[in-house]
Amino acid sequence: MELAISVIVGFMILGALYAIHARDILSAVIAGGIVGYSLVICFLLLKAPDLAIVQIVVETITLIIMVAVVLDSSRVEAYGKFDSRAWVTAGTAVLILAILFWFLKEASAHLAPFGENTMRMADAYVNGAVDRTGSVNLVTGVIFDFRGYDTLGEATVLVTAVLGVLTILRLRGKKV
Amino acid sequence: MKGMTVIVKKTTQLIAGIIFLYGIYIILHGHLTPGGGFAGGVILAGSFILLILAFGSDFMHLLKEEKGSTIYENLAILAFLLLALTGLLAGGKIFFANWLPHGTPGELVSAGFMPLYNIFVGIEVAASILTIFLALVIFKEEILK
Repeated sequence: MELAISVIVGFMILGALYAIHARDILSAVIAGGIVGYSLVICFLLLKAPDLAIVQIVVETITLIIMVAVVLDSSRVEAYGKFDSRAWVTAGTAVLILAILFWFLKEASAHLAPFGENTMRMADAYVNGAVDRTGSVNLVTGVIFDFRGYDTLGEATVLVTAVLGVLTILRLRGKKV
Repeated sequence: MKGMTVIVKKTTQLIAGIIFLYGIYIILHGHLTPGGGFAGGVILAGSFILLILAFGSDFMHLLKEEKGSTIYENLAILAFLLLALTGLLAGGKIFFANWLPHGTPGELVSAGFMPLYNIFVGIEVAASILTIFLALVIFKEEILK
């Protein structure tokens, strides 16, 4: 199981690296799809079918929209020159990466092993949820009952995203 | 945006309705099986996007504003918020209180408010994603006109 997930994560890293370095934007978008669909297999292996369904449909729709946008515009990426300002940016990125990896190494030394030592709240959710919420699917029971505020926030984020898209993409003014 | 070939059109005619029904099934059974409002809403939007891509925007009369989908989206999230607010009026005085009778766990009509929440979140997600796609299609046609 851990071996399979490691192999799939390796594929995801390869796809992401290709997506960064591809000259053709369309192939970069398709390579970005590798990351999303590999994540679906990871979710299925980790026994999270709810997340897998959401991930596969959202990834498909996103890929369709991105391909439609790329086909409507240019497929060639505009490369800039690697001047002194780019060196400063790259140096800052490497420095921040080093700091983050150091903190990750320090923090992961004190963490519990993966999948063990669940929290007290998780026990309360898993053990009594069917009686208290009446929902057989525990995930729905959690996101609409125990974590209702979270779901309201997610829905509001979607509405805000649509408002932003409609505001930014509209090039011609609306007649009142 | 132009439509695609006759093969794609015929396949779309056969498939689009089934995809739409599958999205409704995922939404309605959200409290019983994996899935729910978010996944089912995206599937619903996917059936509409398939129709638009296959038949083109001229056939679907998409040259008007994207008014319909935005209205559905805003009304759905308003209904979601009002349903959550009814918990304040009922006995417990708790936001998001599930005060409807829970019924037998495992049946289609059970779990109180959860199927209603799923339905409204599904409408909201479907309308949102459809609006984003329509914005990409319509605004380009407006410029080309």
